[in-house]
Amino acid sequence: MRKGADIYGKLDWPTIFIYMALVILGWFNIYAAVYDETVNQSIWDLSLNSGRQLIFIAASVVIIMGVIIIDMRFYEAFAYVAFGIIILLLILVPIIGKEVGGNKAWLGIGSFGVQPSEFAKFITALAAAKMIGSVGFKMDNLRNQVMLFGLVGLPMVLILLQKDTGTALVFTSFIFVFFREGMSPFLMIVGICAAFIFILTLLIPNQLYLHGAILIILALLIIFGKKKLKRISALVVGAIIVMGVIESVDYVITDVLKPHQQNRIKALINPDADPLGYGWNVTQSKIAIGSGGFFGKGFLKGTQTKFDFVPEQSTDFIFCTIGEEWGWLGSFVVVVLFMALLLRVIFIAERQKSRFARAYGYGVVSIFFFHFAVNIGMTIGLFPVIGIPLPFFSYGGSALWGFTVLLFILLKLDAHRGQVLQRL
Amino acid sequence: MNEGRKEILQIIFILTGLVFLVKLFSIQVLDNKYAELADSNAIMREVEYPFRGLIYDRNNKLIVYNTPEFDINVIRNDIKDFDSAKFCEVFQMSREELRKKFREMRERQEYSPYKPTLFIDRLSNLEFAKVQDHLDEFPGLYVQARTTRSYTTAALANALGYVSEISKSKLEKDETKIYRQGDYIGQSGIESFYEEQLRGKRGVKFKLRNVRGIEKGSFKDGEYDTLSVPGQDLVSSIDIDLQQYGELLMKGKSGSIVAIEPGSGEILSLVSGPSYDPNLLTGRNYSSNFVLISNDTMKPLFTRPLMAQYRPGSIFKIAQAMTALQEGVIKPETRIYCDRSIISCHGNHTNEDLRGAIENSCNPYFHGVLRRMLNKGISEDPYEDTRIGLEEWNKHIRSFGFGSNLGVDLPNEKGGLIPNVAYYDRAYNNRPWKFSNIYSIAIGEGENLVVPIQMANFTAIVANRGFYYIPHLIKSIGGKGPLPQYKEKQFTTIDPAYFDVAVDAMEQVVESGTGQYRAKLQDIIVCGKTGTVQNDPLPAHSVFIAFAPKDNPKIAVSVYVEDAGQGARAAASIASLMIEKYLIGETKRPHIEQYVLNGQFLY
Repeated sequence: MRKGADIYGKLDWPTIFIYMALVILGWFNIYAAVYDETVNQSIWDLSLNSGRQLIFIAASVVIIMGVIIIDMRFYEAFAYVAFGIIILLLILVPIIGKEVGGNKAWLGIGSFGVQPSEFAKFITALAAAKMIGSVGFKMDNLRNQVMLFGLVGLPMVLILLQKDTGTALVFTSFIFVFFREGMSPFLMIVGICAAFIFILTLLIPNQLYLHGAILIILALLIIFGKKKLKRISALVVGAIIVMGVIESVDYVITDVLKPHQQNRIKALINPDADPLGYGWNVTQSKIAIGSGGFFGKGFLKGTQTKFDFVPEQSTDFIFCTIGEEWGWLGSFVVVVLFMALLLRVIFIAERQKSRFARAYGYGVVSIFFFHFAVNIGMTIGLFPVIGIPLPFFSYGGSALWGFTVLLFILLKLDAHRGQVLQRL
Repeated sequence: MNEGRKEILQIIFILTGLVFLVKLFSIQVLDNKYAELADSNAIMREVEYPFRGLIYDRNNKLIVYNTPEFDINVIRNDIKDFDSAKFCEVFQMSREELRKKFREMRERQEYSPYKPTLFIDRLSNLEFAKVQDHLDEFPGLYVQARTTRSYTTAALANALGYVSEISKSKLEKDETKIYRQGDYIGQSGIESFYEEQLRGKRGVKFKLRNVRGIEKGSFKDGEYDTLSVPGQDLVSSIDIDLQQYGELLMKGKSGSIVAIEPGSGEILSLVSGPSYDPNLLTGRNYSSNFVLISNDTMKPLFTRPLMAQYRPGSIFKIAQAMTALQEGVIKPETRIYCDRSIISCHGNHTNEDLRGAIENSCNPYFHGVLRRMLNKGISEDPYEDTRIGLEEWNKHIRSFGFGSNLGVDLPNEKGGLIPNVAYYDRAYNNRPWKFSNIYSIAIGEGENLVVPIQMANFTAIVANRGFYYIPHLIKSIGGKGPLPQYKEKQFTTIDPAYFDVAVDAMEQVVESGTGQYRAKLQDIIVCGKTGTVQNDPLPAHSVFIAFAPKDNPKIAVSVYVEDAGQGARAAASIASLMIEKYLIGETKRPHIEQYVLNGQFLY
């Protein structure tokens, strides 16, 4: 194995350029989000989020060097060890962690705090990839499925216990990895259908209409399909299950979900019902983005984001600044950059020679996609408000480092994809 | 077996991106709603409240001025580590009150945990000074300053009126769009009548603000801003010293005193008893005080000089006399026998001329006078004849300002009633009526109704010998004189020459008649007339009108004291004391003053 300057030639530079573009745009937007005309601090000012973000970016460069210098075999070899450590940290966090913003998700090191849950993402991606890539692993084997779901479910449950629902939900995105690696599409379809029925039930207050529609579809399927007993009974059972889900949604909404979670779903459906209360975030976020127009108000000229109308404007709602100050053009550029990153990562994953590297690549793309879709979706009112960051844009060291490591491990593996063959 | 799965994922990702771009295009480019909402969000139309005009008395003594007051607003989501025990201590309220405040706040229609909501309203300067230093201990509390009215004396409350938050119904009716919710507006009295002049012009500043309404600089460098213009100062015709004296005299009584300068129509004092301290209707306790005052069974908010309608009583005989002279049905020398079989009378006179009849308030005389006026024999039908006569009579009496609003510069003025043909047709349900049915109007009883300010104005007419200016409280607006209608001389239909006999008779009333004991002054010739208005089963209202001096009169007064018996007692005493106070500055008859102050005239 050759080492040295050569490695940089093998890295996938298109991805690195997209990465750099996103990070730099993110940095400018964080400055715009916290900029206060009356104080007129510079983008470098360390008392601002933008100044600190620059430090985080600088640290990321060091982290990237580290990721690249480390032997590529390390990632596969130590995936389970790292997984064990992160699980331990996740257990420790509720006990010794410090509370930030109502969530006990931080581990303090001096004045700096880190969020183990941010790092749990790439470590879980590594561990899951290692399991998928291990000899004799079969995606359609029930035992293997249970183990894999257990592996992904464990950090998810621990993070849920920290009440960080958003980050926990990120782990559901591994479904894409499993799908790509051969899991029956049935699960994914069932999941999507369940979500679809769930939202439909919320949208249509009178559930009788839904039940009626289901019965009609059932009748049509039975009449026009093959009239085999097995098929008909399966359809009937399926219909009963669906109707059960519909009935249970109401129960879940009113009795299981906490009031603030109910409100987030209500806000999604009709933010205008209580624009000053639970609809505030979505309403204000849409106002900020919507007021940007086609060309935007210009850098540092936004009024909604700057004057705190939008909550969490440098973290979860950073996309509002883009929408307001850069308009549809700016939003277009950001969306296209993310699409390019996702497609490029798929391209990279597909060219891997080892199943481990490919599965890891899909882990990377799944996590990015989930963050991208849910974050932007919530700012424009397509998803409920789930507090997860927009990769590379949202302010915060842990998140930036987590995403950076996530991406650059893949690039490291990719740079050495030729060696895998040699080893085999 | 995994073929096409890469493509499925690629399609999912690309579709998501496309959905976002389409949705973004629809809210950013296609829908203008959000841009407008953003403007109303961040561009604050900050109204710069002008100072409300001040009110001075006729001698330039300040009566009404402005003082700052403070509202405390709360942004629920900014409250952190709220120390309720400390808060209760600083703001001197009980825990129960605090809980109530929070409950009230949440129940407000405009309540949002993200925006400032009114929490404690109308802290006075003094109250605010006590809490000011502690405010930074309670994050989430924000201060909003504005001004409220203050009064230098406890007098003149009814005429001044009060200022309070504009009501919802008024706000909806306001077509000028000047007012906004929470704005103050003059609610009665001068404050209401001169609202337009007093309020001034509000300035507007467009400012950028953050979500808490905190200023973040001006919008487009103040290009659209306008400056506020303070309200115009008003100079009242009221003599505040005379007013206070009048209120002192009315203490414990129900009724009114109106004093007018005859030569200008300027109201020198307008006393309504009982009244209230105008300072009660300002500041934080406005609501609770308002409830107390408006529920008071003595009705202190009822402005008696303008709103209380009484039968005029004997003083109306002067107007009858003037009308009869003008119609030529009597002469000053005409004598009419005091026939007490028709209508009762008092004293021991028998056959007086006009002067003597006024002096002795002879009822049969004026019964006869009215008969001559209403039955002049123009028609042979006595019913028709009365109708013709009554219309003539009504025209003359109304020219004294009776029977309809004078047009005083105060709201809610009542017009009283002077009956005419149509009125009696209605009252008798179109059955025939003639003089013998309606003669009690001859002596100021019957259907006649007047308000005290009309009686004062009538006194001024006699003092002026035939003309008046519409009585008014404001003699100058912003240094530019009164409203134009108050500069126009109003004439009666009576020849000025006929007034001398009335003046002489009124002089005699005070010199040797019913007014001699309590209305007579040493160096000043006072002309007056008593009235004792029947008010069965309660005691009669005590009424007195007077002006002085006889030549070149400076003051005309009407006094009504409800349920206080004969006009010669309470009313005559008060009227003469007012004249004395105004013309001399103090009373030389302390026994009369004591008589008024100690007398129990309220039943």
